[in-house]
Amino acid sequence: MSSNLTQALLELADDNLILGHRLSEWCGHAPMLEEDLALPNMGLDLIGTARTLYSYAGTIESNNKSEDDLAFLRDEREFLNCLLVERPNVNFAHTVLKQLYFSTFMKLYWNEALNSKDEIIVGVAGKAKKEMSYHIRHSGEWVIRLGDGTTESNKKLLEAVDALHIYTNELFFDTPNNIYFIKKDILPSRKALKSKWEKEINSIFKMAFVPYPEFEGELSGGRLGLHGEELGHLLASMQSVHRAHPGAKW
Amino acid sequence: MTKTTPLWEVFIRPRNGLSHKHVGSLHASDKTMAINAARDVYTRRNEGTSIWVVPSISITASDPDKADENFEPSEDKIYRHPTFYDIPEDIGHM
Repeated sequence: MSSNLTQALLELADDNLILGHRLSEWCGHAPMLEEDLALPNMGLDLIGTARTLYSYAGTIESNNKSEDDLAFLRDEREFLNCLLVERPNVNFAHTVLKQLYFSTFMKLYWNEALNSKDEIIVGVAGKAKKEMSYHIRHSGEWVIRLGDGTTESNKKLLEAVDALHIYTNELFFDTPNNIYFIKKDILPSRKALKSKWEKEINSIFKMAFVPYPEFEGELSGGRLGLHGEELGHLLASMQSVHRAHPGAKW
Repeated sequence: MTKTTPLWEVFIRPRNGLSHKHVGSLHASDKTMAINAARDVYTRRNEGTSIWVVPSISITASDPDKADENFEPSEDKIYRHPTFYDIPEDIGHM
């Protein structure tokens, strides 16, 4: 039972760590200095949340793992993040749209998690909810401006919607690891957040002149450890220092 | 870049009771984006409780060539400084 909670926490922590790492990839490469600071800032918010969740997961697991063990010494198939967060940055439109999708979802999630019977979850939720509000504002304003900007920026945003929307349904999947804890009021149901999420994304899409995608269907598998090839490259880069220098400290 | 994202001056209030201080400038397309960018660029180390942004173009500056006529006349008028009074000790730091 406790190992199920570990798995459920790893799903959450992996989402935050992997998207946080994706944002950090912009450091030194963003289209303008202001975004060069803003994107890694948001990445650090997510990595901070991941750290708390990994530490918690490490203490409830019988073999006592550190946050570094969980972040840097697991292989691709052991990562339980949803596919959306591991998608490559591609360009600025992909990046801010992915951020809007994820932060809108996580804000709803943490808002429900404030009612959890687990006080560590409540603590994480209180802090992360405020961070997600800012991520929504930052990425949402950009989505609106790209959509309502030039022909070129509108085209790039529509391409990003085409590429990424199909990954969003996986956000709402209550995995077997979660169901017990949802019933016990320890973790919120993801499925229950879907209609609110669609409403919020749709209201931003309207301002951005983006038609809300009508297609059914999804790409998923991340929660089962089945990832795209890109996650392997991300992990190779993210874990290389820790694996080359085990136990190294700052 | 300056055409689509003009320059803004950023003012931060470090604490309640203090005034907003000029901290620098940044590029942004409009006021909403300027506030966001100011938050990201200038308050990462917990510097502030309030942000003002002003389009740089709205600021009228004194002419550097007129610095002499503007500022030199005050140099020899030290009697304008409130340093010729004895402050009672009970008043403390002023």
